Amino acid sequence: MTGATSTTVRTAAPAARRALWPGRAGHGFVAAYTVLLIAFGVVPTVYAIYFAFTNAGNTFGGLSNFTAAASDFRFVPAIEHIALYLVFWLVSLVVFVVALSLVLHRLAVRPLSKVLRFVYYIPGALAGAASVMVWLFMLDPAVSPAGFLLRALGYDTFAQVIAPGHLPILLTIIAFWTGAGGWIVVMYGALNNIPHDVIEAARIDGAGAWQTALRIQIPLLRKWIVYMVILAFAGGTQLFVEPELLSQASNGVAGRDYSLNQLSYDFAFQNNNVNTAAAISVELLVIGLVVASVFVARSGFFDAD
Amino acid sequence: MTRKIRERAGRLPRAVRGRMLSAALGGALVLAAASACGNGTGGGTVTDGFTQAAQTNGALTVWVDSDRLPAAQLYQKEHPSVKMNIVTYDGDANGSNYLQTKVGLFNRTGKGWPDVVFSSQNNEASWAVPEGFAAPLNKGLIPTSTLSGWATNANEPCTVDGTLYCLRNDLAQTVLWYNATLMKQWGYSIPTTWQQYEQLGKDVATAHPGYIVGSAGDSFTPEIFMWASKCGANQITAPKAVTVDATSSQCTRMASVLDTLLADGTMAKSSVFSSDFDKNEASKILMLPGPAWFGGALFQSTFKTPAGQVSAAAMPQWPGESPTVGNVGGGTWILSAHSANIKAATDFLTWVTTSNDYQGKLAPGYPAYAPAAKTWLANQAAAKYYTGDITSVLETAANQVWTGWGYPQFSQEAVWAAAVLPGMNSGKTITSLLPAWQSQVADYANADGYQVTTK
Repeated sequence: MTGATSTTVRTAAPAARRALWPGRAGHGFVAAYTVLLIAFGVVPTVYAIYFAFTNAGNTFGGLSNFTAAASDFRFVPAIEHIALYLVFWLVSLVVFVVALSLVLHRLAVRPLSKVLRFVYYIPGALAGAASVMVWLFMLDPAVSPAGFLLRALGYDTFAQVIAPGHLPILLTIIAFWTGAGGWIVVMYGALNNIPHDVIEAARIDGAGAWQTALRIQIPLLRKWIVYMVILAFAGGTQLFVEPELLSQASNGVAGRDYSLNQLSYDFAFQNNNVNTAAAISVELLVIGLVVASVFVARSGFFDAD
Repeated sequence: MTRKIRERAGRLPRAVRGRMLSAALGGALVLAAASACGNGTGGGTVTDGFTQAAQTNGALTVWVDSDRLPAAQLYQKEHPSVKMNIVTYDGDANGSNYLQTKVGLFNRTGKGWPDVVFSSQNNEASWAVPEGFAAPLNKGLIPTSTLSGWATNANEPCTVDGTLYCLRNDLAQTVLWYNATLMKQWGYSIPTTWQQYEQLGKDVATAHPGYIVGSAGDSFTPEIFMWASKCGANQITAPKAVTVDATSSQCTRMASVLDTLLADGTMAKSSVFSSDFDKNEASKILMLPGPAWFGGALFQSTFKTPAGQVSAAAMPQWPGESPTVGNVGGGTWILSAHSANIKAATDFLTWVTTSNDYQGKLAPGYPAYAPAAKTWLANQAAAKYYTGDITSVLETAANQVWTGWGYPQFSQEAVWAAAVLPGMNSGKTITSLLPAWQSQVADYANADGYQVTTK
């Protein structure tokens, strides 16, 4: 009720000023964002592109940095790692986030739903690196509260748990635990925005929970799912903190040179080759942009219907 | 509500267009800035063998790891008139490359370098010299009479083409640490050859299962065993050339000893620093080959082994060969060639590496500066933590570090960790992993621009 009142007030006030400069408040809000975007997004991007096409002597180097990166012995394995990780991460994200938010939305017991939403969100409130640190303990059978589970699976030491073959799964679990909660809350909000009469009509037509989810709710969530996939894909290709911390915690046993971003970091700071590092980051940017464009075009993301 | 969402979605393209415009503007801005900056390094005077920056004699910035923090603090206490800015960092432990990362950034921005920095790694000269960070020390900064006090070959990792670019803080020669109480109780004698060591491991496996005679779970395992066995996996033949031969008989004979002991469970697979080792193995150590610093850092501080139990003997050897030992680290101190405070920095560097007050009495590791090492050993003996005489053992080993193992830019520890340890943990033999180790060493050497020769 209070929500409705405040909405009326808010819409009433700008209406009077709209004549002076329509959208002034909007521009005000966006201005601050734009400044930060330029400083921390656009400028570094342009800087990276500049580096990617020049050599150490600051002269134009054509595609030499890109070929140098591609011919490195760590490049192809890093792409394979990332591809495998993305499959696990995106599939689990879409399936579990949509399923959990649908279940959450259907929960008849309101207080329980509230508590669960909060619980899902908690891990997301931890800063990225801190939440990975939690997992370094979780995955060590000697100190983990879930140590009995790890031992039951046959893993007695940290080194066995983080065997290279386990990394895609482990990184997916970490990423899901840290990142999915926020998306569940977003999806829940999106489900709340589906008009009640639509759901009601479906119910009257005899649709059960399953039918409603499949034919009404998920199609109406499509744009949100696409939005989530675009951001998760970009985040996934830029995987860095998880394997890097894992690598440091295991003294290099697992996770070193695992992702493209780590390779870029190694080029910049171990091999003192900022130009090749920039070439890899430009490649990541291009991949992210291309995939986002495909998804946007195919899903009609910006269509006003 | 849905309508509102659609409206917002419909308006997005305009925002995107706006972003494009900002991007274009931002891009133009950057390019202008980049071309305006250019090369901003100013000239200076050539003294002591390098171009020195204008001396401002401001605060002295010193970077140390937490173990070396007491050194900087003691210096400040003894020299209250020196303005000091003490910064702690990870000391580049386990090849974290923090220092190189930061220096790379400082080189780009043209400011920010510390005046003196400690690193727990001994291969820093390999990048710090080409990147122009390390100042030459034997061209006038530090007198030869002082430099001659270091133990034989101690400053080898710091020397590039005859010029000294850093000073060794401590030595990390390997010895055979053992529990004297248990050895006596069970009637074992100290093994002097690797064959005896292997046989003792087998005996322990049957008579005292659960006890260990060593650990192979660390990234520095090759530096304890392979280095001591004269395995030529890491022969630096010129500043940018390496010969890698990880499958020679010197390597396979040691791998075979390790494989036997790993198979019968007397060689631990966990890192000595892992929570698993601390919980399950630390109280079951019969012997533990390892560097000089194992005594203080592991037995005394980490495992809290009671006084009067731990002792050290010479590393086992191969019969008929000159005795050699390995080496695990032994930190280095670097003086920045960009320092605007060279006099104070040199004073600090000299004090921290040679003074009895710090190196002799306070330092946790075996001092690389021989006169301080004398004091240090006397103090260790006086503290009566170790049983028996470890002084002569450590002193002898200090001069036996095999010189055929080099100090390249890439981390040998990191290569072993990725190439061998996962396989070892999944049950493969180290012997079967030696070819993979060799090819990884060659790959990383190539990536750092080394000319690689494999056998």
